[in-house]
Amino acid sequence: MIRLEKVRKTYDGQKNIVDDLDFEIRKGELVVLVGESGCGKTTTMKMINRLIEPDGGDIFINGKSIKSFNKNELRRNIGYVIQDIGLFPHLTVRKNVSIVPLLCKKDKAEVDRSVEDLLRLVNLPPEEYADRYPGELSGGQQQRVGFARALANDPDIILMDEPFSALDPITREQLQNELLSLQEELHKTIVFVTHDIDEAIKLGDRIAVMSEGRIIQFDAPEEILKNPVNSFVESFVGKDRLWKKPEFLKAEDVMNTKVVTIGQNRSVAHAIELMKMHNTDVLVVVDKPTESSGKILGVVGTNRFKGVGDNTIKMKDIMKSDFPRISKDMCLVDVLKIRKSSDTLYSPVMDENGRVAGIITNASIISVLTKYIPDREDY
Amino acid sequence: MKLIQFFVDNGNYILQKVGEHLYLAGVAVLLACLVGIPVGFLITNNKKVATIVVGVANTIQTIPSLALFAFAISVFGIGADNAIFALFLYALLPIIKNTLIGIRNVSPTMIEAARGMGMSRGQIMFQVEVPLAISVIMGGVRIATVTAIGIATIATLIGAGGLGQLIYQGIGMMNYEMIFAGAICSAALALLADFLLGLVEKKLTSKGLSKSMQRAKPL
Repeated sequence: MIRLEKVRKTYDGQKNIVDDLDFEIRKGELVVLVGESGCGKTTTMKMINRLIEPDGGDIFINGKSIKSFNKNELRRNIGYVIQDIGLFPHLTVRKNVSIVPLLCKKDKAEVDRSVEDLLRLVNLPPEEYADRYPGELSGGQQQRVGFARALANDPDIILMDEPFSALDPITREQLQNELLSLQEELHKTIVFVTHDIDEAIKLGDRIAVMSEGRIIQFDAPEEILKNPVNSFVESFVGKDRLWKKPEFLKAEDVMNTKVVTIGQNRSVAHAIELMKMHNTDVLVVVDKPTESSGKILGVVGTNRFKGVGDNTIKMKDIMKSDFPRISKDMCLVDVLKIRKSSDTLYSPVMDENGRVAGIITNASIISVLTKYIPDREDY
Repeated sequence: MKLIQFFVDNGNYILQKVGEHLYLAGVAVLLACLVGIPVGFLITNNKKVATIVVGVANTIQTIPSLALFAFAISVFGIGADNAIFALFLYALLPIIKNTLIGIRNVSPTMIEAARGMGMSRGQIMFQVEVPLAISVIMGGVRIATVTAIGIATIATLIGAGGLGQLIYQGIGMMNYEMIFAGAICSAALALLADFLLGLVEKKLTSKGLSKSMQRAKPL
């Protein structure tokens, strides 16, 4: 949808504020450019609607260089939401929203109707708000109008430059949620600039972490949190990052992949031998032990041998088969809930085919979590 | 009492002088608007030129009006044209300066929003800058008008007529009623013009910009 190729921007002819940027934004995706101030994120965004012209490289929208469009035409087809909202105080809400479609010479009555639909969409009933002036609205309401204005010409692409940073935290969160639910419905291609990593993680389908005019990491939020490419990204997202979003931790992140499996027809004697050999007190019973990971049938812990006099009893007769089913991509919060309610020590994790992927124990969870525990002394 | 008698006796003459006076000041201010507002616009983007233009207009303002009238005789000779030219020069400064300030005060955020939405330079000027700056520009026009009506009383000295004629004749004849009549009419005219232009300003300024609308925090 939007492709940047070797885009470069220099100020004063010395320092590159944006340095050989190469990336692509897919259709319908919400990409967040995040970084400290001066990292070039806003400059990058403004080059997309040619508010800033690059000194090198080119930007393509649907394969066409943006240089081939008339500047104003291009901007009318790209929604633009700015930090200071920038509503025109001398115009009513209705007129503010209808500026761009009217610039494009659309039918007045039709524009009027679509403006009212848009206001409803951003939760501002037109009967009440359409004929008010921006000065009469709160900051949050103003930015809703700002968003309606960006949508007015039904653009495929919307650029948002720190749109929520001037709002109070409660309004900000509300508008973030509204943006997400709107995006669910509209599937616009959105480029969102912010310096707030939490906001980036909350909103972005993908996040581009920028520093000194370059993209350091361009990935899904959970990847950025779990696997920061370098210490810069790691310190930028913060060491306590996963506590902010525990739902990004999946079962596969906390499981122990060293699982000892045993065939369902093997005996207790064999099981005890295996446990000794691998120094473990749990075995996962599978249907085909010869394969590295067969389908899970049950779990056998040492407590299952209690009162078993006959060492030749088979695994399938003593195994616990009503263990909770946990799949690899189940989030940690759910895993913990299940483990609590079913009161189990060992939870085998299966992949999408029901095969053994690993096993979750209290120790495996703790060893993973301690990696992410923030360096704070006061607890 | 004598003053009222004077007004009753010389009604037509006074009215004629008021008419002349209005013509002088009105045409001068109108011309100053036609020149000053566009000039004010053109120089907003160039600081150097703006400094020079405002400096020149400032210098003109400091020339004593009598001297300027006398100087203009060499160009336009005696009569209304001369007076209008001089008044025009006086009216220029407040109009240019206020236009400049009005446009400069339009927040860059507005301009950026307008550019980002794809408005052309002309559209930004007429749909954003002018409506936002109109009250400041109109303020300049009002100052220019009041000044022009005041200074126009001197125009009689170069044979351009107006209410000044009543005042100077009155001085010559030691006729205080006549002096007062001229002065009062001139002052009343200035106040009335300012009031009417105030109404125009209010009409031209969007309701969204009035003070009561700004009570909500802008951000």
